[in-house]
Amino acid sequence: MSRAEIAARTLRTDRWWLPPLTTFVGLLLISIYAAFRTFQGDFYWVDQYHYLTPMYSPCLSQECLPAAAHFGTPLPELPGFLTPPVIILPFLLGFRVTCYYYRKAYYRAAWMSPPACAVAEPHVKYTGETKFPLIAQNLHRYFFYAASLLLLINIYDAIVAFGTGVGLGNIVLLANVTLLGAYTLSCHSCRHIAGGRLKHFSKHPVRYWMWTQISKLNNKHMQLAWASLIFVCLTDLYVALVASGTISDLRFIN
Amino acid sequence: MSYQGQFRVWRGDDTGGALEDFTVEVNEGEVVLDIIHRLQATQAPDLAVRWNCKAGKCGSCSAEINGKPRLLCMTRMSIFSESETITVTPMRTFPVIRDLVTDVSYNYTKARQIPSFQPPKDLAPGEYRMQQVDVERSQEFRKCIECFLCQNTCHVIRDHEENKESFSGPRFLMRVAELEMHPLDTADRVDQAQESHGLGLCNITKCCTEVCPEHIQITDNALIPMKERVADRKYDPIVWLGNKLFRRS
Amino acid sequence: MPEVERHSFDVLVIGAGGAGLRAAIEAREHGMRTAVLCKSLFGKAHTVMAEGGIAAAMGNVNSSDSWQVHFRDTMRGGKFLNNWRMAELHAQEAPQRVWELETYGALFDRTADGRISQRNFGGHEYPRLAHVGDRTGLELIRSLQQKIVSLQQDDFAETGDYESRLKVFQEFTVTDLVQDDGAISGAFGYWRESGRFVLFEAPAVILATGGIGKSFKVTSNSWEYTGDGHALALRAGASLINMEFIQFHPTGMVWPPSVKGILVTESVRGDGGVLRNSDGKRFMFEYIPEVFKDKYADNEAEADRWYTDQANNRRPPELLPRDEVARAINSEVKAGRGTPHGGVYLDVSTRLPAEEIRRRLPSMHHQFKELADVDITAQPMEVGPTCHYVMGGVQVDPDTAASSVPGLFACGEVSGGMHGSNRLGGNSLSDLLVFGRRAGEGASSYVRGLTTRPSCSDAAVQEAAAVALAPFEAEGGENPYTLHMELQQSMNDLVGIIRRAGEMEEALQRLEKLKERAASLTVEGHRQFNPGWHLALDLRNMLVVSECVARAALLRTESRGGHTRDDFPGMDSSWRRKLLVCSTSDSTVSVEEEPQIPIRSDLLDLFERTELEKYLTAEELS
Repeated sequence: MSRAEIAARTLRTDRWWLPPLTTFVGLLLISIYAAFRTFQGDFYWVDQYHYLTPMYSPCLSQECLPAAAHFGTPLPELPGFLTPPVIILPFLLGFRVTCYYYRKAYYRAAWMSPPACAVAEPHVKYTGETKFPLIAQNLHRYFFYAASLLLLINIYDAIVAFGTGVGLGNIVLLANVTLLGAYTLSCHSCRHIAGGRLKHFSKHPVRYWMWTQISKLNNKHMQLAWASLIFVCLTDLYVALVASGTISDLRFIN
Repeated sequence: MSYQGQFRVWRGDDTGGALEDFTVEVNEGEVVLDIIHRLQATQAPDLAVRWNCKAGKCGSCSAEINGKPRLLCMTRMSIFSESETITVTPMRTFPVIRDLVTDVSYNYTKARQIPSFQPPKDLAPGEYRMQQVDVERSQEFRKCIECFLCQNTCHVIRDHEENKESFSGPRFLMRVAELEMHPLDTADRVDQAQESHGLGLCNITKCCTEVCPEHIQITDNALIPMKERVADRKYDPIVWLGNKLFRRS
Repeated sequence: MPEVERHSFDVLVIGAGGAGLRAAIEAREHGMRTAVLCKSLFGKAHTVMAEGGIAAAMGNVNSSDSWQVHFRDTMRGGKFLNNWRMAELHAQEAPQRVWELETYGALFDRTADGRISQRNFGGHEYPRLAHVGDRTGLELIRSLQQKIVSLQQDDFAETGDYESRLKVFQEFTVTDLVQDDGAISGAFGYWRESGRFVLFEAPAVILATGGIGKSFKVTSNSWEYTGDGHALALRAGASLINMEFIQFHPTGMVWPPSVKGILVTESVRGDGGVLRNSDGKRFMFEYIPEVFKDKYADNEAEADRWYTDQANNRRPPELLPRDEVARAINSEVKAGRGTPHGGVYLDVSTRLPAEEIRRRLPSMHHQFKELADVDITAQPMEVGPTCHYVMGGVQVDPDTAASSVPGLFACGEVSGGMHGSNRLGGNSLSDLLVFGRRAGEGASSYVRGLTTRPSCSDAAVQEAAAVALAPFEAEGGENPYTLHMELQQSMNDLVGIIRRAGEMEEALQRLEKLKERAASLTVEGHRQFNPGWHLALDLRNMLVVSECVARAALLRTESRGGHTRDDFPGMDSSWRRKLLVCSTSDSTVSVEEEPQIPIRSDLLDLFERTELEKYLTAEELS
């Protein structure tokens, strides 16, 4: 018994290649921007208004501007071209890379496994997430724990910034942590830890309630993933522009 | 309100076949299965197609329309333009028997490999007590009509025949999840999911969810929660420690 | 002699719907080597279409419910024509059968205290239907299917072969039963896929083939419902009873044309949906028959109060038994108060919040959205009567499901008697389970009691093969599709929901001609997966069963349940005492009267005398 003899790789007539292409280009542009800012090593702190870009928070090594180092500088100066973000980046990146949504996105867009539903993938062999390195995707929850800590720090930064008054930058920072918070809370691992792992919801009404709320957010995990990712970049860009003096912050109070 | 529609239907068997062109009448309110039936009645009396309820409840008439896995009875002609040529082919992942009919025995084999529901031994019929909030998760999975479109679209087996041995497919991983979340099931399903049914092969690219005619959230509600449970068991020392300390099982 | 694959079993079950699977489970648990033969794939049977629920007097929602009340409702629904022993067994055993499903893994909707929730349904005095949203049939078939898999796993553990004791032969059609000196010795049929012939040798056959709806043009039934079991029983020498009683479900979809007839569950009305005509009038209040006046509300205010307070209000008339509602809709449409597509409006959108509709009626919401582009949370549905269920079927012994032919058993829709002249919603799924189990048990003890196994003669096999191949032999005959369409049209128009003597006589003449034409049918192509050939063979069954229906309907000169005579509009107590029995000899169909067995007195005592007066003759009452 063999399969129906159909030579075409797919018979889909719609533009199935468009979503993976869009994803690929989007992720690529953001990666380029993030890499540039990471290694720029400058314009991450607005001293006048205490704006700290989330990309450099917390700033923990010797080369950090003292005012930007909210938790001191317990780490020595980083060698060579390395900059403060390389300490936190593995966790942030790890959280996004192992995220169940991003996995779908880049498996489709970058690895073409599969490029779209019912479109044949180009690979001869496929072992999924059973072997190293992809088996490490199972570590998602640790990155979730780490990302949650970093999120708390970002929230702290955003609140501290209000100490000098209120400007557009404060609103941007606040919107940023709101989106990051929603993305982090809507994570599948978070949903699981909050209540998904229970067999009997009825015996844990509070966790059941949390699970139902997180489930609602979880439905929007993809949208939140993109919105928070793009907005982090915009936040960083805003801080960079103000810090470099390219634009001045729009102030509401003081 | 009727027009002459252009159709290409795959005809053949396991020795070979090809797409054949047809021009058929299409009327208002019809679905693709109606057109296939009209072909049978007027032009191709021996065209093989599997169907039953015609209302999207039995999951018999699974096929691929313009390359997308769909139920023939739930695909309305109104979603296509009148000038469009509509291609109807059998499901690709399973061996073809003839024309649009495939051999879906892979699925029945996999179904048998999942240990059945194991209720507590001391519970007599009529003594089962379960709360609505506890049964709802498994109830979602029991909406499954076994059309096997998710199995057909899953690239793990669609593109890699050799994985059929070790991978049970979304339908049956979801069945494992259904039993795992059943409030009265006493068996341990977590290791099974990973070791016997190939949960690790799933890369959550969500095509199963996309094609599900019952709109079951297979990936988000069954596969990912199972992956998380496996992670609890195998990859999370904190949970492991918690279980040890609080003597949870 | 053509090449024939052979298998040997203790019990054969024909049909893999609820009744067939339950029978197979029982036979296997009694140690019989059992085979299930079904026309579709395993798990696709028409039972999946059942929506509302399983009627069983568990009393989870209203503790006043009991088997006696359920029995009374069933007898009332069937207008007292029911086989009372079947109705009694059914009411008594249904709760056990439902609880058993839970042990197979079924997940019903729950009450607040964790028991199985039960919903209201037409004709049932208390909330009685165990359900899962509106997809109860799917839950039932899946649970039974999974139980069978579980038994096969047990067998695998013991013997190393999943199929050593219980095997499903899917996409297989049985064309004839084989007999040895009158007793069943096997069944003959073909693989739908390859057209190859197979002989199953077995001393017991359980028919569980479902109904006959495909003889009618507008029907909720799938292609499988061609009356195969009815016809097999007739040809084997068994008799059919009550064939004139056909239930037209009041609410089938009327548009689009391709899905005309597909069911709209009664739970829409049970959950608050109301019927309106094109004038916007809730017309059911005009159609409450005398016998139901004290049980149904005669004004909208009381009917609406009932949904929240059932103790102090009478039920809305939308929940009258199905035959009453179907006739009412029919009359409204005939009086010119129908919808554009020839139905009436069924509206739940103004009665419940959208979220609640989606939760309680998910598959209806889905069905209308996808098939008709109608959002039932915002718009009314258009509905009309559709041929749904045949009350008639093989005459069986209530306790064992045995027919008059040794070794032949029947359960589910293909058996007759249980529902009398009209079946209550929800009583079908419980019927499948109760009598499926009894048939499995009956067949097992029959086989165990045999001293010698009957055998299948070569001549019988040869003859069965010749009959099956006949459509290929003829040349220049007609296409089976044409004949099928004419049959459906005739039955729909002439032996449909409202019947007249003249029309039924015409139907019989047409059937006579169709029989002649069918004898010279021609089928093109080869035996491999040939739908034309399959239809030609099914047509043989549909024709003989249709003739039973038409002949019995012509004889019964009264209106009762699923049999409405325009020329005899009243119910006649003397007809209640008579059953019409259909049998064949040499392809001649005959229908004869047979007296109904009087109801056991302790069961009669369950009813008020005033109620009995409506149904029983003065002689019976004295």
